[in-house]
Amino acid sequence: MLNTATLSLDQAPPISIPFRYFLTAPLFGLAAALMLLINGPDLFLTRWSPLTLGLTHMITLGMLAMVMCGALLQMLPVIAGSPVPGVVAVGTFCHILITLGTGMLIFAFLSGSVVGEVVALGMMGGGVIVFFVAVTIALWRVKHVSATIVAIRLAVAALLITLLFGLLLGSGILGSLGFGDIASLVDVHLAWGLLGWIGLLLIGISYQVVPMFQVTPEYPPRLRRLLAPALFVGLLIWTLLMLGAISGVVNGWVAEVGMFILICGFVLYAVTTIRLQAQRKRRVPDITLLFWRTGMLFIPFCALIWIAGSVSPAIGNDPHYSLLLGVGLLLGVGVAVINGMLYKIVPFLSWFHLQNRQMSLMCMTVKVPNMKEFIPDKAARLQLYLFQASLLLTLAATLFPAWFAHLAGLFFLASNALLMKNLLLAMHRYRQTLHALSAYAESAQSSSDGVG
Amino acid sequence: MTTITETMARNHRHCDELFAQAEELIAQGDWVQGREQFEAFRDTTENHFTMEEGVLFPGFEQRTGQTMGPTQMMRMEHAQMRQLMADMEAAVAHEDDERYLGLSETMMMVMQQHNMKEEQMLYPMTDQAFADDAEATLQEMKML
Repeated sequence: MLNTATLSLDQAPPISIPFRYFLTAPLFGLAAALMLLINGPDLFLTRWSPLTLGLTHMITLGMLAMVMCGALLQMLPVIAGSPVPGVVAVGTFCHILITLGTGMLIFAFLSGSVVGEVVALGMMGGGVIVFFVAVTIALWRVKHVSATIVAIRLAVAALLITLLFGLLLGSGILGSLGFGDIASLVDVHLAWGLLGWIGLLLIGISYQVVPMFQVTPEYPPRLRRLLAPALFVGLLIWTLLMLGAISGVVNGWVAEVGMFILICGFVLYAVTTIRLQAQRKRRVPDITLLFWRTGMLFIPFCALIWIAGSVSPAIGNDPHYSLLLGVGLLLGVGVAVINGMLYKIVPFLSWFHLQNRQMSLMCMTVKVPNMKEFIPDKAARLQLYLFQASLLLTLAATLFPAWFAHLAGLFFLASNALLMKNLLLAMHRYRQTLHALSAYAESAQSSSDGVG
Repeated sequence: MTTITETMARNHRHCDELFAQAEELIAQGDWVQGREQFEAFRDTTENHFTMEEGVLFPGFEQRTGQTMGPTQMMRMEHAQMRQLMADMEAAVAHEDDERYLGLSETMMMVMQQHNMKEEQMLYPMTDQAFADDAEATLQEMKML
Protein backbone atom coordinates (compact mmCIF):
# COMPACT_ATOMS: atom_id res chain seq x y z
CA MET A 1 0.00 0.00 0.00
CA LEU A 2 1.06 3.52 -0.66
CA ASN A 3 2.29 5.05 2.55
CA THR A 4 1.00 8.56 2.25
CA ALA A 5 2.54 9.63 5.53
CA THR A 6 6.07 9.24 4.28
CA LEU A 7 5.37 11.13 1.10
CA SER A 8 5.17 14.53 2.60
CA LEU A 9 7.09 13.75 5.76
CA ASP A 10 10.06 12.04 4.20
CA GLN A 11 12.03 15.25 4.17
CA ALA A 12 10.91 16.73 7.46
CA PRO A 13 12.72 15.57 10.61
CA PRO A 14 10.59 14.06 13.40
CA ILE A 15 8.90 16.77 15.43
CA SER A 16 10.96 15.89 18.51
CA ILE A 17 14.12 17.18 16.82
CA PRO A 18 13.18 20.86 16.42
CA PHE A 19 10.98 20.83 19.55
CA ARG A 20 13.80 19.91 21.90
CA TYR A 21 15.68 23.01 20.77
CA PHE A 22 12.59 25.22 21.06
CA LEU A 23 11.77 23.98 24.55
CA THR A 24 15.35 24.39 25.77
CA ALA A 25 15.43 28.09 24.84
CA PRO A 26 12.93 29.30 27.48
CA LEU A 27 14.78 27.21 30.09
CA PHE A 28 17.90 29.28 29.46
CA GLY A 29 15.63 32.32 29.42
CA LEU A 30 14.36 31.36 32.87
CA ALA A 31 17.92 30.80 34.10
CA ALA A 32 18.96 34.21 32.74
CA ALA A 33 15.95 35.82 34.39
CA LEU A 34 16.76 34.19 37.74
CA MET A 35 20.28 35.51 37.48
CA LEU A 36 18.92 39.00 36.85
CA LEU A 37 16.48 38.68 39.69
CA ILE A 38 19.10 37.44 42.16
CA ASN A 39 22.23 39.35 41.15
CA GLY A 40 20.40 42.47 40.02
CA PRO A 41 22.61 45.56 39.68
CA ASP A 42 25.84 43.49 39.85
CA LEU A 43 25.17 42.40 36.28
CA PHE A 44 25.27 45.97 35.03
CA LEU A 45 28.70 47.09 36.24
CA THR A 46 30.64 46.38 33.06
CA ARG A 47 30.34 44.07 30.09
CA TRP A 48 33.57 42.39 31.18
CA SER A 49 32.42 40.99 34.52
CA PRO A 50 32.25 37.17 34.53
CA LEU A 51 28.65 37.38 35.69
CA THR A 52 27.69 39.55 32.73
CA LEU A 53 29.60 37.35 30.30
CA GLY A 54 27.74 34.34 31.68
CA LEU A 55 24.38 36.08 31.23
CA THR A 56 25.30 37.15 27.70
CA HIS A 57 26.08 33.60 26.64
CA MET A 58 22.93 32.27 28.27
CA ILE A 59 21.03 34.49 25.86
CA THR A 60 23.19 34.19 22.74
CA LEU A 61 23.81 30.46 22.91
CA GLY A 62 21.06 29.18 25.17
CA MET A 63 18.23 31.12 23.59
CA LEU A 64 19.18 32.55 20.20
CA ALA A 65 21.52 29.91 18.76
CA MET A 66 19.34 27.19 20.28
CA VAL A 67 16.22 28.23 18.39
CA MET A 68 18.12 29.15 15.24
CA CYS A 69 19.81 25.75 15.04
CA GLY A 70 16.58 23.85 15.67
CA ALA A 71 14.73 25.93 13.11
CA LEU A 72 17.45 25.47 10.48
CA LEU A 73 17.36 21.68 10.82
CA GLN A 74 13.61 21.89 10.35
CA MET A 75 13.42 24.49 7.61
CA LEU A 76 16.16 23.48 5.20
CA PRO A 77 14.03 20.83 3.46
CA VAL A 78 11.26 23.40 2.92
CA ILE A 79 13.20 26.50 1.97
CA ALA A 80 16.09 24.77 0.24
CA GLY A 81 14.60 21.45 -0.83
CA SER A 82 17.60 19.85 0.80
CA PRO A 83 17.29 17.88 4.03
CA VAL A 84 20.14 17.78 6.53
CA PRO A 85 21.87 14.38 6.28
CA GLY A 86 21.40 12.16 9.35
CA VAL A 87 19.14 14.80 10.84
CA VAL A 88 18.01 12.69 13.80
CA ALA A 89 21.55 11.79 14.88
CA VAL A 90 22.92 15.25 14.13
CA GLY A 91 19.97 16.99 15.79
CA THR A 92 20.21 14.86 18.93
CA PHE A 93 23.99 15.09 19.21
CA CYS A 94 24.23 18.84 18.61
CA HIS A 95 21.39 19.60 20.99
CA ILE A 96 23.06 17.72 23.82
CA LEU A 97 26.48 19.22 23.17
CA ILE A 98 25.29 22.79 22.68
CA THR A 99 23.02 22.63 25.75
CA LEU A 100 25.64 21.10 28.04
CA GLY A 101 28.40 23.19 26.49
CA THR A 102 26.45 26.40 27.13
CA GLY A 103 25.71 25.34 30.70
CA MET A 104 29.35 24.46 31.24
CA LEU A 105 30.54 27.72 29.70
CA ILE A 106 28.34 29.72 32.05
CA PHE A 107 29.61 27.65 34.98
CA ALA A 108 33.18 28.34 33.85
CA PHE A 109 32.53 32.08 33.60
CA LEU A 110 30.99 32.20 37.05
CA SER A 111 33.44 29.91 38.82
CA GLY A 112 36.59 30.66 36.86
CA SER A 113 37.16 26.89 36.67
CA VAL A 114 39.82 26.07 34.10
CA VAL A 115 38.64 22.47 33.73
CA GLY A 116 35.10 23.75 33.23
CA GLU A 117 36.35 26.08 30.52
CA VAL A 118 38.17 23.30 28.68
CA VAL A 119 35.15 20.99 28.82
CA ALA A 120 32.84 23.82 27.74
CA LEU A 121 35.00 24.75 24.76
CA GLY A 122 35.31 21.10 23.75
CA MET A 123 31.55 20.61 23.85
CA MET A 124 30.68 23.85 22.10
CA GLY A 125 33.35 23.20 19.51
CA GLY A 126 32.13 19.65 18.89
CA GLY A 127 28.45 20.62 18.76
CA VAL A 128 28.88 23.60 16.48
CA ILE A 129 31.30 21.87 14.13
CA VAL A 130 29.04 18.83 13.65
CA PHE A 131 26.12 21.19 13.07
CA PHE A 132 28.19 23.23 10.64
CA VAL A 133 29.32 20.19 8.64
CA ALA A 134 25.83 18.66 8.41
CA VAL A 135 24.15 21.92 7.43
CA THR A 136 26.93 22.75 4.97
CA ILE A 137 26.41 19.41 3.21
CA ALA A 138 22.70 20.17 2.90
CA LEU A 139 23.41 23.70 1.67
CA TRP A 140 25.97 22.38 -0.79
CA ARG A 141 23.41 20.10 -2.40
CA VAL A 142 20.86 22.84 -3.04
CA LYS A 143 20.01 22.96 -6.73
CA HIS A 144 18.26 26.30 -7.05
CA VAL A 145 20.37 28.73 -5.07
CA SER A 146 18.16 31.62 -3.94
CA ALA A 147 19.22 34.78 -2.12
CA THR A 148 17.98 33.14 1.08
CA ILE A 149 20.30 30.18 0.58
CA VAL A 150 23.24 32.50 -0.06
CA ALA A 151 22.49 34.38 3.16
CA ILE A 152 22.11 31.14 5.15
CA ARG A 153 25.41 29.83 3.79
CA LEU A 154 27.16 33.02 4.83
CA ALA A 155 25.43 33.00 8.24
CA VAL A 156 26.61 29.45 8.88
CA ALA A 157 30.13 30.41 7.86
CA ALA A 158 29.88 33.33 10.29
CA LEU A 159 28.83 30.90 13.03
CA LEU A 160 32.01 28.94 12.46
CA ILE A 161 34.13 32.12 12.53
CA THR A 162 32.37 33.19 15.75
CA LEU A 163 33.18 29.81 17.27
CA LEU A 164 36.82 29.99 16.20
CA PHE A 165 37.30 33.42 17.78
CA GLY A 166 35.42 32.20 20.85
CA LEU A 167 37.71 29.18 21.16
CA LEU A 168 40.76 31.37 20.63
CA LEU A 169 39.63 33.77 23.36
CA GLY A 170 38.45 31.10 25.77
CA SER A 171 41.47 28.85 25.47
CA GLY A 172 43.82 31.40 27.00
CA ILE A 173 46.33 30.81 24.20
CA LEU A 174 46.46 34.54 23.53
CA GLY A 175 47.38 35.38 27.10
CA SER A 176 50.15 32.80 27.19
CA LEU A 177 51.52 34.31 23.99
CA GLY A 178 51.66 37.66 25.72
CA PHE A 179 48.94 39.13 23.50
CA GLY A 180 47.52 42.20 25.18
CA ASP A 181 44.56 43.53 23.19
CA ILE A 182 41.93 40.92 24.07
CA ALA A 183 39.12 43.50 24.11
CA SER A 184 39.36 44.20 20.37
CA LEU A 185 39.30 40.50 19.57
CA VAL A 186 36.21 40.08 21.73
CA ASP A 187 34.61 42.76 19.56
CA VAL A 188 35.54 40.72 16.48
CA HIS A 189 34.02 37.59 18.07
CA LEU A 190 30.78 39.33 18.89
CA ALA A 191 30.53 41.14 15.56
CA TRP A 192 30.68 37.78 13.78
CA GLY A 193 28.16 36.31 16.19
CA LEU A 194 25.68 39.19 16.20
CA LEU A 195 26.02 40.73 12.75
CA GLY A 196 27.24 37.63 10.91
CA TRP A 197 25.47 34.60 12.30
CA ILE A 198 22.34 36.20 13.73
CA GLY A 199 22.14 39.17 11.36
CA LEU A 200 22.69 37.33 8.08
CA LEU A 201 20.42 34.45 9.04
CA LEU A 202 17.72 36.94 9.99
CA ILE A 203 18.10 38.70 6.64
CA GLY A 204 17.99 35.45 4.66
CA ILE A 205 14.96 34.12 6.52
CA SER A 206 13.19 37.48 6.20
CA TYR A 207 13.30 37.27 2.40
CA GLN A 208 11.13 34.18 2.72
CA VAL A 209 8.91 34.75 5.71
CA VAL A 210 8.12 38.47 5.62
CA PRO A 211 6.28 38.30 2.28
CA MET A 212 4.88 34.92 3.30
CA PHE A 213 3.39 35.62 6.74
CA GLN A 214 1.75 38.97 6.01
CA VAL A 215 1.44 38.92 2.22
CA THR A 216 3.75 41.89 1.64
CA PRO A 217 5.56 42.83 -1.58
CA GLU A 218 8.91 41.08 -2.08
CA TYR A 219 12.16 42.69 -0.96
CA PRO A 220 13.70 44.67 -3.87
CA PRO A 221 15.64 42.16 -6.04
CA ARG A 222 18.90 44.09 -5.91
CA LEU A 223 18.82 44.27 -2.12
CA ARG A 224 18.02 40.56 -1.93
CA ARG A 225 20.93 39.69 -4.18
CA LEU A 226 23.57 42.03 -2.80
CA LEU A 227 22.94 42.82 0.84
CA ALA A 228 24.00 39.59 2.57
CA PRO A 229 27.16 39.04 0.45
CA ALA A 230 28.11 42.71 0.84
CA LEU A 231 27.68 42.52 4.61
CA PHE A 232 29.73 39.34 4.78
CA VAL A 233 32.58 40.82 2.72
CA GLY A 234 32.26 44.00 4.79
CA LEU A 235 32.65 41.97 7.98
CA LEU A 236 35.76 40.30 6.54
CA ILE A 237 37.28 43.64 5.61
CA TRP A 238 36.36 45.12 8.98
CA THR A 239 38.00 42.14 10.70
CA LEU A 240 41.21 42.73 8.74
CA LEU A 241 41.08 46.42 9.67
CA MET A 242 40.59 45.49 13.33
CA LEU A 243 43.53 43.09 13.19
CA GLY A 244 45.50 45.85 11.47
CA ALA A 245 44.52 48.29 14.19
CA ILE A 246 45.51 45.79 16.91
CA SER A 247 48.94 45.38 15.38
CA GLY A 248 49.25 49.12 14.86
CA VAL A 249 49.33 49.04 11.04
CA VAL A 250 45.98 50.73 10.57
CA ASN A 251 44.48 53.64 12.46
CA GLY A 252 41.61 52.56 14.71
CA TRP A 253 39.12 54.99 13.18
CA VAL A 254 39.39 53.27 9.79
CA ALA A 255 37.81 50.17 11.34
CA GLU A 256 35.15 52.42 12.91
CA VAL A 257 34.26 53.76 9.47
CA GLY A 258 34.05 50.17 8.21
CA MET A 259 31.67 49.29 11.02
CA PHE A 260 29.58 52.37 10.28
CA ILE A 261 29.06 51.18 6.70
CA LEU A 262 28.08 47.71 7.92
CA ILE A 263 25.58 49.21 10.33
CA CYS A 264 24.06 51.26 7.51
CA GLY A 265 23.46 47.96 5.69
CA PHE A 266 21.53 46.55 8.64
CA VAL A 267 19.52 49.74 9.05
CA LEU A 268 18.64 49.55 5.37
CA TYR A 269 17.39 46.00 5.93
CA ALA A 270 15.33 47.00 8.99
CA VAL A 271 13.79 50.05 7.33
CA THR A 272 12.94 48.03 4.21
CA THR A 273 11.30 45.36 6.37
CA ILE A 274 9.25 47.90 8.31
CA ARG A 275 8.14 49.49 5.02
CA LEU A 276 7.18 46.14 3.49
CA GLN A 277 5.23 45.18 6.58
CA ALA A 278 3.43 48.51 6.45
CA GLN A 279 2.31 47.58 2.90
CA ARG A 280 1.08 44.15 3.97
CA LYS A 281 -2.13 42.86 2.44
CA ARG A 282 -2.85 40.60 5.39
CA ARG A 283 -4.01 43.06 8.01
CA VAL A 284 -5.44 40.82 10.72
CA PRO A 285 -3.66 41.32 14.06
CA ASP A 286 -0.68 39.03 14.29
CA ILE A 287 1.46 38.37 17.35
CA THR A 288 4.52 37.32 15.37
CA LEU A 289 4.36 40.58 13.42
CA LEU A 290 4.34 42.57 16.66
CA PHE A 291 7.41 40.71 17.93
CA TRP A 292 9.14 41.34 14.61
CA ARG A 293 8.27 45.00 14.65
CA THR A 294 9.90 45.34 18.04
CA GLY A 295 13.00 43.67 16.61
CA MET A 296 13.07 45.81 13.48
CA LEU A 297 12.67 49.06 15.43
CA PHE A 298 15.54 48.10 17.69
CA ILE A 299 17.98 47.80 14.78
CA PRO A 300 17.97 51.56 13.98
CA PHE A 301 17.74 52.27 17.73
CA CYS A 302 20.95 50.29 18.34
CA ALA A 303 22.58 51.93 15.33
CA LEU A 304 21.92 55.36 16.85
CA ILE A 305 23.40 54.29 20.18
CA TRP A 306 26.47 52.95 18.38
CA ILE A 307 26.89 56.19 16.43
CA ALA A 308 26.55 58.23 19.62
CA GLY A 309 29.23 56.08 21.25
CA SER A 310 31.59 56.47 18.30
CA VAL A 311 31.17 60.20 17.93
CA SER A 312 31.41 61.04 21.60
CA PRO A 313 34.21 59.36 23.58
CA ALA A 314 32.42 60.40 26.77
CA ILE A 315 29.52 58.13 25.78
CA GLY A 316 31.63 55.44 24.14
CA ASN A 317 33.85 54.95 27.19
CA ASP A 318 30.98 54.86 29.65
CA PRO A 319 30.44 51.24 30.80
CA HIS A 320 26.68 51.76 30.54
CA TYR A 321 27.02 52.40 26.82
CA SER A 322 28.06 48.90 25.75
CA LEU A 323 25.54 47.35 28.14
CA LEU A 324 22.74 49.41 26.63
CA LEU A 325 23.86 48.44 23.14
CA GLY A 326 24.13 44.78 24.16
CA VAL A 327 20.66 44.64 25.69
CA GLY A 328 19.23 46.43 22.66
CA LEU A 329 20.75 43.94 20.26
CA LEU A 330 20.31 40.71 22.22
CA LEU A 331 16.87 41.24 23.71
CA GLY A 332 15.49 44.02 21.53
CA VAL A 333 16.40 42.40 18.23
CA GLY A 334 17.45 38.78 18.80
CA VAL A 335 15.06 37.49 21.45
CA ALA A 336 12.16 39.51 20.05
CA VAL A 337 12.44 37.95 16.63
CA ILE A 338 13.03 34.34 17.68
CA ASN A 339 10.31 34.51 20.31
CA GLY A 340 7.88 35.75 17.66
CA MET A 341 8.94 33.05 15.23
CA LEU A 342 8.20 30.33 17.78
CA TYR A 343 4.53 31.33 17.69
CA LYS A 344 4.39 30.46 14.02
CA ILE A 345 6.73 27.48 13.87
CA VAL A 346 5.53 25.48 16.89
CA PRO A 347 1.78 25.51 16.16
CA PHE A 348 2.40 24.91 12.48
CA LEU A 349 4.67 21.93 13.01
CA SER A 350 2.25 20.45 15.52
CA TRP A 351 -0.59 20.77 13.06
CA PHE A 352 1.53 19.55 10.13
CA HIS A 353 2.68 16.32 11.75
CA LEU A 354 -0.75 15.47 13.13
CA GLN A 355 -2.48 16.28 9.88
CA ASN A 356 -0.16 13.98 7.99
CA ARG A 357 -0.83 11.21 10.48
CA GLN A 358 -4.55 11.80 10.18
CA MET A 359 -4.45 11.66 6.39
CA SER A 360 -2.36 8.50 6.32
CA LEU A 361 -4.90 6.83 8.63
CA MET A 362 -7.83 8.25 6.65
CA CYS A 363 -9.24 9.10 10.06
CA MET A 364 -12.08 11.60 10.04
CA THR A 365 -13.31 11.04 13.60
CA VAL A 366 -10.31 12.63 15.35
CA LYS A 367 -10.15 16.36 14.79
CA VAL A 368 -6.72 17.96 14.45
CA PRO A 369 -6.61 21.33 16.27
CA ASN A 370 -5.89 24.36 14.10
CA MET A 371 -2.86 26.56 14.80
CA LYS A 372 -4.61 28.91 17.19
CA GLU A 373 -5.99 25.99 19.14
CA PHE A 374 -2.44 24.91 19.91
CA ILE A 375 -1.48 28.33 21.25
CA PRO A 376 -4.34 30.81 21.70
CA ASP A 377 -3.66 34.39 20.60
CA LYS A 378 -4.58 35.70 24.03
CA ALA A 379 -1.81 33.76 25.77
CA ALA A 380 0.73 34.72 23.12
CA ARG A 381 -0.27 38.38 23.33
CA LEU A 382 0.12 38.46 27.10
CA GLN A 383 3.60 37.00 26.71
CA LEU A 384 4.43 39.68 24.13
CA TYR A 385 3.50 42.40 26.63
CA LEU A 386 5.52 40.75 29.38
CA PHE A 387 8.48 40.48 27.04
CA GLN A 388 8.22 44.11 25.95
CA ALA A 389 7.99 45.26 29.56
CA SER A 390 11.04 43.18 30.49
CA LEU A 391 12.91 44.63 27.51
CA LEU A 392 12.21 48.22 28.52
CA LEU A 393 13.06 47.48 32.15
CA THR A 394 16.35 45.80 31.19
CA LEU A 395 17.26 48.79 29.03
CA ALA A 396 16.45 51.07 31.96
CA ALA A 397 18.53 48.80 34.21
CA THR A 398 21.64 49.42 32.10
CA LEU A 399 21.36 53.11 33.03
CA PHE A 400 19.88 52.86 36.53
CA PRO A 401 20.78 49.36 37.71
CA ALA A 402 19.83 49.89 41.33
CA TRP A 403 16.28 50.86 40.41
CA PHE A 404 15.42 48.50 37.63
CA ALA A 405 17.65 45.42 37.58
CA HIS A 406 15.62 43.19 39.92
CA LEU A 407 12.34 44.30 38.40
CA ALA A 408 13.68 43.55 34.91
CA GLY A 409 14.57 40.06 36.14
CA LEU A 410 11.07 39.57 37.50
CA PHE A 411 9.42 40.51 34.22
CA PHE A 412 11.86 38.48 32.14
CA LEU A 413 11.10 35.53 34.42
CA ALA A 414 7.36 35.97 33.88
CA SER A 415 7.85 36.35 30.14
CA ASN A 416 9.89 33.17 29.81
CA ALA A 417 7.65 31.22 32.17
CA LEU A 418 4.66 32.09 30.03
CA LEU A 419 6.54 31.30 26.83
CA MET A 420 7.43 27.91 28.31
CA LYS A 421 3.84 27.35 29.35
CA ASN A 422 2.56 28.27 25.90
CA LEU A 423 4.99 25.91 24.22
CA LEU A 424 4.20 23.10 26.66
CA LEU A 425 0.50 23.64 26.07
CA ALA A 426 1.03 23.22 22.33
CA MET A 427 3.01 20.07 22.99
CA HIS A 428 0.34 18.73 25.32
CA ARG A 429 -2.36 19.25 22.68
CA TYR A 430 -0.10 17.62 20.14
CA ARG A 431 0.36 14.52 22.33
CA GLN A 432 -3.31 14.33 23.19
CA THR A 433 -4.31 14.35 19.54
CA LEU A 434 -1.57 11.92 18.61
CA HIS A 435 -2.83 9.48 21.25
CA ALA A 436 -6.35 9.80 19.95
CA LEU A 437 -5.11 9.05 16.44
CA SER A 438 -3.08 6.07 17.67
CA ALA A 439 -6.11 4.74 19.52
CA TYR A 440 -8.09 5.07 16.31
CA ALA A 441 -5.39 3.23 14.37
CA GLU A 442 -5.38 0.41 16.91
CA SER A 443 -9.14 0.02 16.92
CA ALA A 444 -9.19 0.07 13.12
CA GLN A 445 -6.44 -2.54 13.14
CA SER A 446 -8.17 -4.83 15.63
CA SER A 447 -11.53 -4.59 13.87
CA SER A 448 -9.92 -5.49 10.55
CA ASP A 449 -8.10 -8.38 12.28
CA GLY A 450 -11.44 -9.56 13.66
CA VAL A 451 -12.99 -9.52 10.22
CA GLY A 452 -10.07 -11.04 8.37
CA MET B 1 8.36 34.53 -23.39
CA THR B 2 6.38 33.96 -20.22
CA THR B 3 7.51 31.05 -18.16
CA ILE B 4 5.32 28.63 -16.26
CA THR B 5 7.11 29.76 -13.10
CA GLU B 6 6.16 33.43 -13.59
CA THR B 7 2.56 32.80 -14.57
CA MET B 8 1.82 30.32 -11.82
CA ALA B 9 3.61 32.42 -9.19
CA ARG B 10 1.48 35.39 -10.23
CA ASN B 11 -1.58 33.21 -9.78
CA HIS B 12 -0.39 32.34 -6.27
CA ARG B 13 -0.12 36.04 -5.42
CA HIS B 14 -3.66 36.57 -6.67
CA CYS B 15 -4.93 33.77 -4.37
CA ASP B 16 -2.98 35.35 -1.47
CA GLU B 17 -4.71 38.67 -2.02
CA LEU B 18 -8.18 37.17 -2.08
CA PHE B 19 -7.30 35.15 1.01
CA ALA B 20 -6.10 38.22 2.92
CA GLN B 21 -9.19 40.25 1.98
CA ALA B 22 -11.54 37.49 3.09
CA GLU B 23 -9.70 37.08 6.36
CA GLU B 24 -9.76 40.78 7.10
CA LEU B 25 -13.47 41.15 6.36
CA ILE B 26 -14.29 38.19 8.58
CA ALA B 27 -12.04 39.49 11.36
CA GLN B 28 -14.06 42.73 11.18
CA GLY B 29 -17.29 40.75 11.43
CA ASP B 30 -18.45 41.59 7.90
CA TRP B 31 -19.90 38.20 7.02
CA VAL B 32 -21.73 39.34 3.89
CA GLN B 33 -18.67 40.53 2.02
CA GLY B 34 -16.45 38.10 3.88
CA ARG B 35 -18.40 35.13 2.60
CA GLU B 36 -18.28 36.48 -0.95
CA GLN B 37 -14.55 37.05 -0.74
CA PHE B 38 -13.94 33.63 0.82
CA GLU B 39 -15.84 32.00 -2.03
CA ALA B 40 -13.77 33.94 -4.56
CA PHE B 41 -10.62 32.74 -2.80
CA ARG B 42 -11.82 29.14 -2.67
CA ASP B 43 -12.86 29.09 -6.34
CA THR B 44 -9.63 30.70 -7.56
CA THR B 45 -7.55 28.27 -5.50
CA GLU B 46 -9.58 25.30 -6.71
CA ASN B 47 -9.10 26.47 -10.29
CA HIS B 48 -5.35 26.73 -9.69
CA PHE B 49 -5.29 23.15 -8.35
CA THR B 50 -7.24 21.97 -11.39
CA MET B 51 -4.75 23.57 -13.77
CA GLU B 52 -1.95 21.76 -12.00
CA GLU B 53 -3.62 18.40 -11.50
CA GLY B 54 -5.30 18.39 -14.89
CA VAL B 55 -2.53 19.67 -17.14
CA LEU B 56 0.75 20.61 -15.55
CA PHE B 57 1.45 17.58 -13.33
CA PRO B 58 0.44 14.86 -15.82
CA GLY B 59 2.48 16.61 -18.52
CA PHE B 60 5.47 16.80 -16.22
CA GLU B 61 5.13 13.17 -15.20
CA GLN B 62 4.86 12.07 -18.81
CA ARG B 63 7.97 13.97 -19.83
CA THR B 64 10.13 13.00 -16.89
CA GLY B 65 8.74 9.59 -16.01
CA GLN B 66 8.55 10.74 -12.38
CA THR B 67 5.13 9.83 -11.03
CA MET B 68 5.97 9.39 -7.37
CA GLY B 69 8.18 12.44 -7.03
CA PRO B 70 7.38 16.07 -6.28
CA THR B 71 4.05 16.11 -8.14
CA GLN B 72 2.67 13.40 -5.89
CA MET B 73 3.71 15.41 -2.86
CA MET B 74 2.04 18.53 -4.27
CA ARG B 75 -1.20 16.56 -4.78
CA MET B 76 -1.05 15.49 -1.14
CA GLU B 77 -0.72 19.09 -0.07
CA HIS B 78 -3.63 20.07 -2.30
CA ALA B 79 -5.66 17.48 -0.41
CA GLN B 80 -4.60 19.06 2.90
CA MET B 81 -5.62 22.49 1.67
CA ARG B 82 -8.93 21.23 0.32
CA GLN B 83 -9.71 19.84 3.75
CA LEU B 84 -8.81 23.16 5.38
CA MET B 85 -10.95 25.07 2.88
CA ALA B 86 -13.87 22.75 3.62
CA ASP B 87 -13.43 23.45 7.35
CA MET B 88 -13.19 27.17 6.63
CA GLU B 89 -16.39 26.97 4.61
CA ALA B 90 -18.12 25.36 7.58
CA ALA B 91 -16.82 28.12 9.84
CA VAL B 92 -18.20 30.69 7.39
CA ALA B 93 -21.56 28.90 7.37
CA HIS B 94 -21.66 29.03 11.18
CA GLU B 95 -20.27 32.57 11.23
CA ASP B 96 -17.68 31.35 13.72
CA ASP B 97 -14.92 33.94 13.37
CA GLU B 98 -12.62 32.51 16.01
CA ARG B 99 -12.61 29.16 14.28
CA TYR B 100 -12.23 30.74 10.87
CA LEU B 101 -9.22 32.77 11.98
CA GLY B 102 -7.53 29.73 13.52
CA LEU B 103 -8.11 27.80 10.31
CA SER B 104 -7.06 30.66 8.07
CA GLU B 105 -3.81 31.04 10.01
CA THR B 106 -3.16 27.34 9.40
CA MET B 107 -4.19 27.60 5.76
CA MET B 108 -1.84 30.52 5.30
CA MET B 109 1.15 28.53 6.50
CA VAL B 110 0.34 25.45 4.44
CA MET B 111 -0.36 27.50 1.36
CA GLN B 112 2.81 29.56 1.67
CA GLN B 113 5.19 26.70 2.23
CA HIS B 114 3.48 24.81 -0.59
CA ASN B 115 3.84 27.81 -2.92
CA MET B 116 7.46 28.17 -1.94
CA LYS B 117 8.20 24.57 -2.91
CA GLU B 118 6.38 24.97 -6.21
CA GLU B 119 7.90 28.32 -7.13
CA GLN B 120 11.42 27.40 -6.16
CA MET B 121 11.57 23.79 -7.25
CA LEU B 122 8.67 22.34 -9.15
CA TYR B 123 7.85 25.18 -11.56
CA PRO B 124 11.45 25.71 -12.67
CA MET B 125 11.61 21.94 -13.21
CA THR B 126 8.45 22.03 -15.31
CA ASP B 127 9.81 24.95 -17.34
CA GLN B 128 12.82 22.79 -18.10
CA ALA B 129 10.80 19.66 -18.81
CA PHE B 130 8.26 21.42 -21.07
CA ALA B 131 10.87 23.63 -22.76
CA ASP B 132 9.30 24.77 -26.07
CA ASP B 133 5.85 23.45 -25.11
CA ALA B 134 5.65 25.73 -22.08
CA GLU B 135 3.55 28.45 -23.75
CA ALA B 136 1.16 25.97 -25.28
CA THR B 137 0.75 24.35 -21.88
CA LEU B 138 -0.01 27.69 -20.29
CA GLN B 139 -2.67 28.31 -22.93
CA GLU B 140 -4.17 24.92 -22.26
CA MET B 141 -4.35 25.66 -18.54
CA LYS B 142 -6.03 29.01 -19.14
CA MET B 143 -8.85 27.21 -20.90
CA LEU B 144 -9.81 25.43 -17.69
